[in-house]
Amino acid sequence: MREAIISELKTIAQEHGKTLAPLSDKLVLSDSGLDSLCFAILVARLEDKFGFDPFTASDEAVFPVTLGDFIGLYQKDAA
Amino acid sequence: MSLRSAIETATTGVDRWVWGAGHALHLNRFLDQSCLNGHREALAGKSVLIRTADQLTSAAALIELDGIASRILVCPPDIKQDHVPIIAAQAEIDAVVTTGDQPSVTALGANRTVICQHLPTPAARSPSPELETEWLLLTSGTTGAPKIVRHTLQSLTGVIRPAAVGKAPAIWSTFYDFRRYGGLQIFLRAIVGGGSLVLSDANEPVSDFLDRLAARGVTHMSGTPSHWRRALMNTNVSVFNPSYVRMSGEIADQKIIDSLRETFPKAAIGHAYASTEAGVVFAVDDELEGFPASMIGTSDLGIEVKLVDDTLRIKSRLTATNYVGPGAPPLRDDDGFVDTGDIVERRGDRYYFVGRRGGIINVGGLKVHPEEVEAVINRHRAVHMSLVKSRKNPITGAIIVADVVLTARDAVADEAQLRSEILTECREVLPSYKVPALVRFVPKLDIAESGKLIRPNA
Repeated sequence: MREAIISELKTIAQEHGKTLAPLSDKLVLSDSGLDSLCFAILVARLEDKFGFDPFTASDEAVFPVTLGDFIGLYQKDAA
Repeated sequence: MSLRSAIETATTGVDRWVWGAGHALHLNRFLDQSCLNGHREALAGKSVLIRTADQLTSAAALIELDGIASRILVCPPDIKQDHVPIIAAQAEIDAVVTTGDQPSVTALGANRTVICQHLPTPAARSPSPELETEWLLLTSGTTGAPKIVRHTLQSLTGVIRPAAVGKAPAIWSTFYDFRRYGGLQIFLRAIVGGGSLVLSDANEPVSDFLDRLAARGVTHMSGTPSHWRRALMNTNVSVFNPSYVRMSGEIADQKIIDSLRETFPKAAIGHAYASTEAGVVFAVDDELEGFPASMIGTSDLGIEVKLVDDTLRIKSRLTATNYVGPGAPPLRDDDGFVDTGDIVERRGDRYYFVGRRGGIINVGGLKVHPEEVEAVINRHRAVHMSLVKSRKNPITGAIIVADVVLTARDAVADEAQLRSEILTECREVLPSYKVPALVRFVPKLDIAESGKLIRPNA
């Protein structure tokens, strides 16, 4: 799942001509080089791939701060 | 003028017909016939609702009652049963003409129901009509009961010219049901213009309809771009050889114009801009999408076209008069213009339709017209047609996604490769928020009874 998310992230960055910061769990998403449209697309594509969207599924309006949080949300919902 | 007087004037020696899928009306004889079971005179001065399953019976009743009834409302086939009483009340209907195969109409408050025959029988010719019958048409809105707009035969037929002397009269047909504005235009062109007409049938496969068009020698054919795309996918389209191909009701993009040109090398190809409320506005016959900037202004026919906030507004004697019913909103603004809600964009010396005001998708505060994205996707050689729609998104509120139908020969191709090509083309010409986040390949797209693509968020 982690690999799938990272791979899609890289694809979207490339499609939108964005330069990605070095990826690590501690990377703050707002510093990643991707804008909110890129993340919107990422969430939509991951929903297609995994069959769920942890943001809409959750009652809490929490948005992850780091890449690790982001991946964690998907892993938690998939578990 | 009434339809019967128009038939009388326009009929010379040539046999004229309205052909349904089953039987037909011989127009030359129909003035001395009736389908109304002896009740025609009883409907004089009434507000009449016509509701039949088939188009031909509605056509017969309409021809008989124009000039006799005070109002006529012909129900389109897909009208919702629970909307019928609402519409009947708003239109102050006091008589119903039906075929007996329709859901009960007794609850409408109409004091008279006439069962219409499918086949006409001899009847005395009506005396010269005295009334200018109001024609009530329903808008094709997607939510709630449709609105009722008022036209007259004059406003509906103002641009129709009689057939040129010495030329064979046109044999018209349309993929539309004639009980909708787009189809009604073709019905009236045939009836008032001296020609004949082949009616479509909702239960008939496209292939069989194409056979009928060929067998009747149809010369003039109309439909929405979606209708035409569906016909072009049918291998039987090769039996059909029209001399005039016309599109209306949706945006005609260059791809569909070019596809029709390739399929019908000898035909004139045009796209018309018209709507139930705004009436006939203009026709474009240079085989290019959009329309020349010179169309803005006042035409030779006295049709005024202006732009307000990139939206087309129309003033002419061909627009509807008003919306009917208590509390109905105004149809024209203070200056007499009808707001079409159709948004255009100027590039060079042409305007291009980009979408409808009501169909805008909001992506993180930025507006996207689905149609402008579809136009780009449709340019790809492997794409037959596409539908761009909104998908809810937790970050931007909505994003756009595309459903794409491939042409038959490309349906087995490498999907990942095609998807990448389509998205690359989109990125070259569209800002990133207008590029679909997802492209899905689907076997077909649903077309509404109105002949238009079904837009879930419209």
